[in-house]
Parts: sequence; structure tokens; C-alpha cells
Amino acid sequence: MASTAAPHKLSADDLRGDRGRRRTEALMRLLFLGAATLSVVITALIILAIVGEAWNFISQVDLAALWSGGWFPRRGMFDIPTILAGTLVVAGIGMLVAVPLGLGAAIYLAEYASRRARALLKPILEVLAAVPSIVLGYFALQWISPNIMQTVCLGGSAVFNMGAAGLAVGVLVTPLIASVAEDAMYAVPGSLREASYGLGARKRTTSLRIVVPAAVSGIVAALIIGFSRAIGETMIVAIAAGGTGGSLFSLDPCGQGQTMTAAMTALATGSDQVRGSDLAYPSLFFVGLLLFASTLVLNVISERFVRSVRLKY
Amino acid sequence: MTDITATSNVSAEIVRARISGRRMDIGGRIFEGLLLLALALSLAVLLTLLVDVVSRGIGVYAERGIDVITAPLSSDPAKAGIGQGLFGSIALMLIVAATAFPIGIGAAIYLEEYARDTTFTRFVTANIRNLAGVPSIVYGLLGLAVFVVALRAITGPESQGRSILAGGLTLAILVLPIVIITTSEALRAVPSGIREAAYGVGATRWQTVRSHVIPYAAPGILTGTILSMARAFGETAPLIMVGGAVSFLNTGDRGLVETLQGKYTTVPTSIFQWVQEPRREFIELSAAGIIALLVTILLVNGLAIILRNRYARKW
Repeated sequence: MASTAAPHKLSADDLRGDRGRRRTEALMRLLFLGAATLSVVITALIILAIVGEAWNFISQVDLAALWSGGWFPRRGMFDIPTILAGTLVVAGIGMLVAVPLGLGAAIYLAEYASRRARALLKPILEVLAAVPSIVLGYFALQWISPNIMQTVCLGGSAVFNMGAAGLAVGVLVTPLIASVAEDAMYAVPGSLREASYGLGARKRTTSLRIVVPAAVSGIVAALIIGFSRAIGETMIVAIAAGGTGGSLFSLDPCGQGQTMTAAMTALATGSDQVRGSDLAYPSLFFVGLLLFASTLVLNVISERFVRSVRLKY
Repeated sequence: MTDITATSNVSAEIVRARISGRRMDIGGRIFEGLLLLALALSLAVLLTLLVDVVSRGIGVYAERGIDVITAPLSSDPAKAGIGQGLFGSIALMLIVAATAFPIGIGAAIYLEEYARDTTFTRFVTANIRNLAGVPSIVYGLLGLAVFVVALRAITGPESQGRSILAGGLTLAILVLPIVIITTSEALRAVPSGIREAAYGVGATRWQTVRSHVIPYAAPGILTGTILSMARAFGETAPLIMVGGAVSFLNTGDRGLVETLQGKYTTVPTSIFQWVQEPRREFIELSAAGIIALLVTILLVNGLAIILRNRYARKW
């Protein structure tokens, strides 16, 4: 019995399935693409919103006000060096604390700690990283300022001071640096350590001369991410550094000061209709743009460093 | 001959002493001690913080009990509590869950399962990574410009845009990159063999994703979303920018829309208000608020860690 039907030629259409199935497929794809596009749109919105208002500020402000010895937006004084100096003092003190503590903890966890100790200590560091910054702000004002800054500052310290804020920022950034640097060192292949031991090197030599150089780009990335986080930290500074009404140019850690972030919250917590100067509202966006641009540059640089680690191993 | 054996015996002794003697590597011991000190100091700070907060705040709970949790805002520290803040925080979390989670998980599925490695994909991925590093206060600025000022008609004409809706959407945008990144990692951890098996029996891409990839990635996605929620719960700075820091709040009977468009406060912004007051009673009250905040966040984090360990899968 030979088959009478003409031999059916199999084509791509037979494999495509029915129309309903194809339609669902296209719809889901579109939905997911939409979600991904939305994230790009949001970045564009951030930049547009901030740049627009910042431009308003730049085009209207008297340029002399940007170099006027103090940050008093309600009196029309927008001294950029003041808030930059405050930001650098606070972030600098923070890094003085966070770099040795964070890197020390990272080297210990990656190279010295036993498997069990590591399994116990890493989650505790994660808990420290989960403490909200408002809690550290409280800690800076109520504990660090009276207990540490009063002792350290020989000439006495103000209740609100940049030093206390800086130390608390350091506490905030330490687990971040520790965790990123530890990941980088943990990723260094064991064979490098074994080769080093095989040549008779000690543990310290192996850690410092072999593992740290091998993981250096990850470690540098950890420091940059930490610094970027430190200059963007807001609540600690808003609570503990003082300068809610504005501040004169100051580099003194024992006295109060103004950072970019604190300047922004101070403007926002004021009355809705900002008195004195209509430039106060757009100035908020100008400072925001400064902050956004500096953290963006830092993040892009650290991304480069992280990628070069991934390429190697 | 004998001389040589004697010498080699002596040098063997020396070598043995060098590599087995404990006191030889003094520098190494000091170094290890310093590393341990760094770790111990970090943990000591955490301990000091907890002891300080608890010793100051526990008295308030002893005196007033559950009233601290349920009482509304007040200018009298003996009557004020985090009741309204808790309501506001929970409402914000619901908005975040309803908006950031579907969009974030959807974007991650597109990037990991659908997109080819094009310039656009790479641009989006780099973009999301950078967004995750933007300081939270900048998101507050975005919320201020977009939700509070530009979309005031929708977010709340009565409250001048300083509404629950504006705050919730701001936080949603803040956690969006975190949700996308953690979801992407969870999806990437599912071995491609699972996908190939599904395609092999004729499943479409969506069927593969829905019935095979997502179920395997679910614990990781869940952990990531829970952690991002914990982050949003403690976030203060962006809420100050979009007006979540009010010192007094009048809530009568309101419908859903009025509530969403109405003014609000949250647990962290209430703490921010109190910590700025010089009176000792307010400082104790802020410590009490911090205890509630920390307990919530630590519980949520603990839950995420337990989930992660319980469902951790070895392929």
C-alpha cells in the first residue's frame, strides 16, 4: 500500500507553533523589553531634571556668590569651596578610619581566618553593613561627639562637629570596603599562594607580596567605591556635622561644617517657599549635579578596575 | 667525609629550628595581630552602638510598653510614638513592592534571558550598575523634581505633592537597580542545561523562563528583593527631600486615594525629627525608635540569610 498523499515538505512554519503561542511570546518579550528600557529612561530623567534646574541656577546666579567665603543660600551666598572642603574633610576622616579597618578585616578574612571563623564573621560584617545611616548619625551625635571628639580635640569641640560625622562615615564605609576587597582577594587562585609557600615564603609575605598585588585592582575598586559612598553619605552629616543654617569655610574637624549632602537636606527641610533668595531651590539641584557627577566618575573608574580583575582570572 | 656529615647535621638542625620555631616569625605574628585588631575594632563599634542605643531606649519601653510603637507623632515626648511612622513606612514598602519588583524583575529577565549582547544591552547594564552607586539623596532630588513638583496633580494637590505616593515612587526608583542586579545574578546562576532541556522538548522562550528558570532562581530573587526592602525601610535622606519629615500629622478617616495623596511620616524620618531635639526625653525616644528600626531590619536581613542558606543549591 503506497501512500497516496503527496510527501509533505517540512518547513519553518511547522515548527513555529500556533498563533496564540507566538502572540504570548511576543507580548512577554515586549513587556520585559519595556521594563529594561524604563531603567534607562529613569537615568535620563535624573540627569534631565537635575541638569535643567542646575542650569537655571548657573544662568541666574551672580558668579561672585560662588566664591563668597560661606554657604548661606538664604542670604544668596553659595560658596562652592565651603561645601567641597566640608565634604572632603568628612570623607577624608572617614577613609582614615575605614581603609585600615576595612582592608585589615578583608586580609584577615581572606587569608588567615579558618573556614568556620569566616562563616561566622562574614554575616556579622553584613549586619554592620545593613545598619541604616540614620542610626550611625544618632551614634555620631550622641556617642562619638561627647566620648571621642571631646577627648581628641584639645581646644574642646563643638557639639556638632565634622570629626564625629567623619568617624561615623568611616564606620559606615568599613564593611563595604572589607567586603569588596575580600571578594577580590578570595578570588586570587590558590596556586599562587602555594607557589609562594613552595618558595619558602611566610604567610605574611604571601599575603602582602603575592595576594594583595594580585588583587590590587579589586582593592583599589573597593577604596574608590568606599570614597564614593563617603562623599554621598547624607544622614550622618545632616545630624552630626552641624551647619543646618549655613556655614563659613572651615577645615577644622573639631568645629561644625557643611558638606554637599548636608547643604541639600538643610535646604529641603526648610520651609517650602524658601525665603530670601529664589535661587535656593535651583541651588539644590546644582549641588546635586556636583555630587552626582563626582560619584558617577568614581563609579565608572572603579568599574574599570573591577573588570580588569575579572579578565585576569 | 665525617666533616661533611657533621656540617649537614648542624645545618639540618638550623633549618628545622627555623621552620618549626614559633617565635621566629615575630613580624608575622604582629601582622596577624593587627589584622585581628582591625576586625575586632569594627565589631566593637557595632557592639558599642547596640549597647548605647539599648541602654538609652529600653527605659522608654519599660515605662510605656507597646504605646511607643502605636502612639502618633506629638510635640510631647511622653506621648509621641512611631505609630504613624510605622503606617507610613509600611505603605511605602507596599508601593515599592507593587512597582519596583515587577519592573526590576522584568528588566532582569529581559537582560539575562532575551537580550543578545548588543551595544544597547551593554549600555543598559552599565547604566544600571552606575545607578546602584548613585547616592540616595540624588534620588531624593529626582523625586522632588518629578513626583513632587512636575506630577503634583497626580501625587497629591492637597499635600503639595509631599505624599505617600511620591515618597513610595521615589524609593521604588532607588531600589530598582538593586532589584535588577540581584535578580540578574540569581538568573545567571541557573545552569544553561536547564534551558536547553526545555528548548529540546519544544518549549518557547517564555515557557522556559516561566516554568524552569524562574522556579530555580526564585530563592535568589526572593532574597534580593527582601534585602532591597530592608534597605528601603531604613532610607531617610531621599524622604527628607520629598517631604516625608513632618513634625505633626493629622489623620482622620480618609479613603485610599486621599491616604495615598496625603502627607505622611516614616519610622526613620520620625527618628530624624527627634534626634535633632536637644531635650533628653526626645533623645531617649529616638533611641527607642532606633531599637524598633534595627529589630525590623535585622529580622528581615536574618530572614533573607536563612532563606539563602536553606535554598542554596549546588549544581
